[in-house]
This record gives sequence, C-alpha cells and structure tokens, in this order.
Amino acid sequence: MTEPLAPHFKQPLLKTPFHRRARALSQIDSFIPWAGYTTVDVFTTMEQEYFAIRNAATLYDLTPMVKYRVAGPDALPYLNRLVTRDIAKLKPDRVAYCVWCNDAGHLIDDGTVFHLGSGEYRLCTAERQIDWLLDSAIGFDVDISEVTEQIAALAVQGPTSCAVLKALGLHGVEALKPFEIGYYALGSDRLTVSRTGFTGDLGYELWMDPAAAETVWDALMTAGQSRGIRAIGSQALNVARIEAGFLLPNVDFVSAEHTIRTGRDRSPLELGLKWLVDFNKGHFTGRRALLAEAAQGARRRLVGLDIAGNKPAHNSLLYSDDSGRREIGSVTSAIWSPTCKRNIALAIVDAPYFQTGSTVWAEIYLNRELVWERRMSRAQIVERPFFAPERRRATPPSDF
Amino acid sequence: MSVTVHEAQARYDCIVIGGGHNGLVCAATLARGGRSVLVLEAGAQVGGAALTREFAAGFRVSAGAHLLHLMPAELLRELKLESHGLEWAARGMPTTALVPGQPTLSLSGGAGGERLSPADEAAYAAYQARMQRFAAALVPVFSRVPPRLGTTGWADRLALLRTALQIRRLGRRDMRELLRIGGMNVYDLLEENFESPALKGALGLDAVLGANFGPRSPGTVLTLLYRLVAESAAGPSGLSQPRGGMGALCNALAMAAGAAGATIRTGVPVAQIRVDNDRACGVLLESGESIDAGSVISSADPKTTFLRLLGPRHLDAGFVRRVNHIRSRGLAAKLHLALNHAPPFSAVSEASLRGRLLMAPSLRHIENAYNHAKYGEYSAAPVMEITVPTMNDPALAPRGQHVLSAIVQYAPYALKEGWQSGRQRFMDVAIDTLEAAAPGLRACIIGAELLTPADIEQEFRISGGHWHHGELAFDQFLMVRPVPGAAQYRTPVGGLFLCGAGCHPGGGVMGIAGRNAAQAVLAGDVKSP
Repeated sequence: MTEPLAPHFKQPLLKTPFHRRARALSQIDSFIPWAGYTTVDVFTTMEQEYFAIRNAATLYDLTPMVKYRVAGPDALPYLNRLVTRDIAKLKPDRVAYCVWCNDAGHLIDDGTVFHLGSGEYRLCTAERQIDWLLDSAIGFDVDISEVTEQIAALAVQGPTSCAVLKALGLHGVEALKPFEIGYYALGSDRLTVSRTGFTGDLGYELWMDPAAAETVWDALMTAGQSRGIRAIGSQALNVARIEAGFLLPNVDFVSAEHTIRTGRDRSPLELGLKWLVDFNKGHFTGRRALLAEAAQGARRRLVGLDIAGNKPAHNSLLYSDDSGRREIGSVTSAIWSPTCKRNIALAIVDAPYFQTGSTVWAEIYLNRELVWERRMSRAQIVERPFFAPERRRATPPSDF
Repeated sequence: MSVTVHEAQARYDCIVIGGGHNGLVCAATLARGGRSVLVLEAGAQVGGAALTREFAAGFRVSAGAHLLHLMPAELLRELKLESHGLEWAARGMPTTALVPGQPTLSLSGGAGGERLSPADEAAYAAYQARMQRFAAALVPVFSRVPPRLGTTGWADRLALLRTALQIRRLGRRDMRELLRIGGMNVYDLLEENFESPALKGALGLDAVLGANFGPRSPGTVLTLLYRLVAESAAGPSGLSQPRGGMGALCNALAMAAGAAGATIRTGVPVAQIRVDNDRACGVLLESGESIDAGSVISSADPKTTFLRLLGPRHLDAGFVRRVNHIRSRGLAAKLHLALNHAPPFSAVSEASLRGRLLMAPSLRHIENAYNHAKYGEYSAAPVMEITVPTMNDPALAPRGQHVLSAIVQYAPYALKEGWQSGRQRFMDVAIDTLEAAAPGLRACIIGAELLTPADIEQEFRISGGHWHHGELAFDQFLMVRPVPGAAQYRTPVGGLFLCGAGCHPGGGVMGIAGRNAAQAVLAGDVKSP
C-alpha cells in the first residue's frame, strides 16, 4: 500500500497516505514541508485551485494537522482548564474552535476540539505540544496521546462539496450543521465527517483510517467529476483563509512557547478572539492574566485592513499618517482578494488606531522589474471576515 | 500542655493550616494584629516537625530539629515566649568535631583551640571574621519579603538596590571576595583556607546539612552563607536547647497565639482548601466539617498546599508545572537512641557532650557519603550532627539515663531497595558509625528509632520528607522560593497565602516565614467588624 520507507536520515519528511495520489496530480513538483510531512503547495496554478474553492469543490490533504486523543474521567475538566472556551457546552458530535494560553494569557496555539462522545475528545492543533498538554494534565485523570499518524484527513471544501459527498453516497450528510460531526460508511470503510474547514466556505473535513485513504480519494474524485472537483495545495487555501479572516500560527501570531523577545506573544483579546474567552466557566490557564488585561484594555489588536490600490501589502509597516513618522503596527497576512475584489490584509495595530473605521497608512514596496518603488497607501480598519457567503451556514446546503 | 480553647465559630478572618512553628508564629502575629484566627493542626499536638515526643518508654526527644539557633531574638521577645513558658536548657552550646581514633577539635569560641596548626588557627580566625561580615551584610535581604524580579514596582527596585548597596558597603576587598566565593563549592573554599581535614570536614558539614548536596556540589558556599546569615539574623545567643525539647518552643508559641486570641484545634486534618469565585473562602476538614474564612494561610509545604489541598484545577498549568518541579526530596534521617548510660564518646569532655558534635572527619568523607545518595543508596559511612539533649535537660529520660539525637546523612527519600528493608540496615550502619567514636555505645542502647525521609513525609505530612519543604539552593532561594508567582507569601488564588518553610527564607526552626506571611495578610485583608 505505502512505498517502502527510505532510511529516515535520507528522507526526513513523512509521506501522507494520500501522497501517491498527490504526486500523480502534481504538475509542477511544488511540495513543501508541513509538520514533518511533505505536502503540496501548488498542484497546477494557485489561481486555478483558489477558484475551485470558491466555485466548485476541492480536496485538500490535512493529514499533517496534529491530532491528540484526550480521554478519561477528567477529560472534560482537563480541556476546560486548558482552553479558554467552555467545553462543558460542547455537545457530543460537535466541534469547537478554541485557543489556549500560557499563565500570562498569551496564545500557545489555536485549534479545534472534537467531542466524540462518551468522554472522548480529539484536539487538533497546528503545532506539536505534547509537553504542554502533559504538564496541563498534572492532577487530572486523563489520557493523552498523539494520533496524527493513525488518522488520515481530507478537507472537501467549496460550494459543490455537499453535492459531491451526497454523490459519494453519504446519505444525510446535507443535514449536518456547521461544526457538527456525522458518521458514515463507504463500502467497508468508515468515515467520520465534520462540517468544518479553513476556507470560510461551505465545506467538510473527512477523517478516516489511513488504509482507506486512497479508496476515499478515488471515490471522491469520481463522485466530484461533474462538480468540478480538484486537488488543491496550501497556497490556494491561504488566500481563502485570509478572506475568511482566519489566523495562521507562526504567520499571524507566534506561539507564546516559542517567542524569545518580550512583547511578541499575543493574547486572545489582542487577536480579536474575545468571543472565545469565557470568564464565567471557572478557572482556566491564563484566566487571571486575561482578566487583568481586559480590565486594563488592549494595547494592540489584530484587525482587518482594506487597502487602497491593488498591490498586496506584504509585510508592510503601518503608520498613523502618510508622513510615515509614527509607526503603529504591521501587516501579518496580505492578499489581493480575487472574490471580494479588494486589497485586504490582517494586521497588528496599536491602540488607539485599531478602532474599526480608523484610517492608517501602509508602506508597500513594489518590485517592478528589479526596481523597488515605495508607496504609502491609505488603509481602513474593517471588520473580519472579508468574505462570508450564506452558503457556509445554510443547512441543507444547495447543490449549486 | 494547655491551650486556650475558644468557642467554636463558623467563620474566622484567618485560618492557618498547620500548627508547626511557622503556622503558630503566623497565627500569633495575625491574632496580635486583631484578626480572629483558627489554627488547624492535623497531628495530636502542635509543633509539626518541631515537636517533642516519646520514642521509647520514658524517653522523649525533639523529633525533627534538635537545636534552636535560627529564630530571631526579636521574634522571641515580640511574642513574649519566655513569659509563655519557654525555658532554656542550654544556650551558646559549643560545637566539637569528632574524628574516630583521634583527639576532638573544638570549633567554638573564636579560634579553633590548641590542636590546630598555627597556620590554620590564623586562617580560621580570619575566615570566621570574614564570613561574619558577609553574613551581616546579607541579613536585611534575608529577613524581609523578597522583591519580585521583572516588575517596574518601586518597592521591588528599591529592595534590589538596597541589597546591592549592602554588598557594596562591604568595601572593595570584601565585596570582591563575596562575589568570588558566592558561586563556589564549599570544598574548594575550605581547601583554599585550611590544612586540617577535621576542621574542613566539620565546617563543610554545615554547608550540606539537610541538603541534597555534597561539599563539591555547586552553590554550597551559598548554602553555608545562608546558614550563617540566618544565624546572624537570629542574634547572638548561638545554639540553644529549649527545656523540654523543640516541642516546648511550639507550646510556648501556641500559648502566645492563644493569649492573643487565636483558637487552636489539633487532630483535625484539612482535606481541601475551598475556593469560591477564584478566592480561598475556607477549608473542608477530613471529618467533613466546613469552616469559612476571609484568608487561608497554609504552613504545609508548597506541593501539599497547591497540588493536594487546593488542586491544580484552580491554578494555571505553568504554575503547577513549576510547583511539581520543586526539588523537595529529603536526604536527612533522624536517629534517636535511648541509652541506659551517657554515651561513651572517647576523648569528649563533658562540656563538649553538652553541645553539638559533628561527625564528618573530612570533606572527602562527606563527598563519599553523598555519592551513595546520588544512586539511591544510603551512605556506607554516614555523616552526623549529634546532640545528647539529656545532658542539659535530664527530664527527657528516666533518671540517670540518656537520649542521643542525631541527624544522619545521607538517606535518600527514594531509596532503591525501599525503606521497608533499608531502615533497619541503615540504622545499624549509623549505630556502627557512632560505635567507632563511642566504643561500647551499642551495649547502652535500650531503645532506638530511625526516621527516614519517607517516615518524615508520613509523620509530618511533608511532601518528599524534606526538612526545609524544598531544597535550599540558588534556584530555590529568595524571589524564586518556592516558585515565582508565590514567593511573596501571596499565591495566585486571592485569599490564599503560604507561611511555611517552603517560602523565603526557608526551613530550620526560624519562624520568619510565618511572621512575614502574617504581615502580608495584614497588609492586604480586611478586618471583620
């Protein structure tokens, strides 16, 4: 089934269970490492793949996403002490987007908690962090193990994704509400499907035994042929996630466990994730620090920017006026949004400039045939997400 | 002992968990500050590990520390302990080094006595004077609440500045010397200064007594200085022995606390510190009884307080990780012998026998003893601090008979073979070691007890059985004792304070932690009307 492994020192990156399919579809050999696996950055062209997300259906291999199984009598109190949201409110077969902090109330990571029923949870994270999870388990009767390699995962995203899954034979999948989990059979294989994703569009994530990976991939490709299904790489997904206003670890924030310089770690309040923080659920790590921060008021905030012109403000410094004398923040993610037809960005902006509606100035550098030009572009602080189509929430979704 | 028992109340301003010396000093200080105070002691009598109890029919001994030399004179005065029944069996006790088969060496009264070489004699006088100057300079930082690091608070900055100034005021020569030796190990320091192995062994033992260190361990000059600073802070009385043992001190403390209005209950183990809305609001006893309080002050060790009584779910994960990593595994055992005769130490004068005897013939000997402990074994040739309390206080034993009390090192908490079988074997090793210096001792023994760190953990409810509730070492001193975030007696949970030896300035029968904690409570709480 899988290729014989080369010695690890010759081939340090693992291959996902979908690798042979991805390799076959890759036209430009654009692979990048992700969490210890080799994964596709671009199959054909980024634009082609991006438009499939917004207009058809896409397959994205997210097996490298780090997955932990959390079970045991104290699984719920453990998770509630770990993350800032109230997991007691998370019903079985539901998923919650969460963040967790260190003692200082600074973000360690974000991710999703799956309530799989009967006291078992799955925590999906960007970074490996078994040390923090185990330290957090001191005094709790809970069993934590990494299951990344035991579970293959595939995101099926786009307006026709529900129709594809129905064509695949997942009866009743259209009834899944956002953040709901359903269980299906595909031939002899079992599929767990969650209505979750990283595109801000209609979409699902499929979780399966690695042995079933290629069968499922092939079946999806066949079922989705008439719905424009296409495999996508990380670049296209990145454009979609910025439009959806989602944060990417190590791009929009750095884990507090990894920062070295003071002031580089970020709190959920600074990242505009106050809605994820439940001060009334009892104690959780970072609660006291976050209460103090909330009382004091944020010093900076992650916001959306709508920037004049059509040149993405990659890595731009932000200023209070066009003289460029007073620096007030910087851009963390920027793109020209093909769907919104807007020049958008995520940025960290100091108080008081982060208020929605404020105007700031972005210093954009343009490389025009090896000649650099500098531009000060007016930018407005706007609400996120930039793109939020009705179909992402509609239940049942239409077939398109 | 009689303790004033007040009417049972359902609510107090302050509940102090643990009736050891720190808990009682804390309670007395709080009561004198006008707070209603309840002390809850798990044991049948107050004292914690500073208690006198019978270990053989008719023989009583201080079960933990057997010498009082660290409690500040001003604290004894402030709490009027002498009018509450504290009497002295001996003060200013001498220290004598024992070397089997050789003449003893007196370390007391300035110069080392006639048996030191002229070079050592001069060096010893200079060394003592210098160490005393260092100790005196460090007393202020020792006695106060440690400043926090990394804050912008003026009080913290001022305290750090004051410490720097104190050290600078030693003068260029002394300051340089203090900074030079501060990070050294005591082995090298003593080798630099002296010739006599017996002198070096005896001086080196004080640096590692009760610690997970050998003389060659890094930072042992600091632990020695720490002891000297504590002694310097305590005042000029030197080594003392309360009449009736260490328990008598705690009885006097209990009387002082009771006289100030505190209620003391014994035999009531606390099961849980109750928390309401992120604030300590009382305790739940193992009996199921619940008592409310405005503040809860725990003299239990930090691991017991945070991990067992409070529970990790009220704390941040990083804080719990730090608490979990506190080094608190004891290596000191306590040997108690009931003797039908005074111990027959050869060549030890009666005056010396009334004092402290150190059995550590050389630095190499201590280091070898420590080597065993590193690998989970007890020392084959242990080192000891010995007292014969009945020499000064005959009432501790039947007429004409004696008690020998010794701190014996090294006895690692997690003995590889287990203390079940190891206890008797190590006791035999310890008695053989004593026999070498006191031929015929074994024949005098009519009762014996060895308290291993595992027993100390069990009997005195100290996690790891460490006398100081946590290693006294550079990384667990001052503003990082017991852990950052709880080093100023306050804890992350409002209304919960620490007052035990796990806090600055640490263990030994000292009481400063109890007093400082009480002051932290008094500074922050609201007195009930």
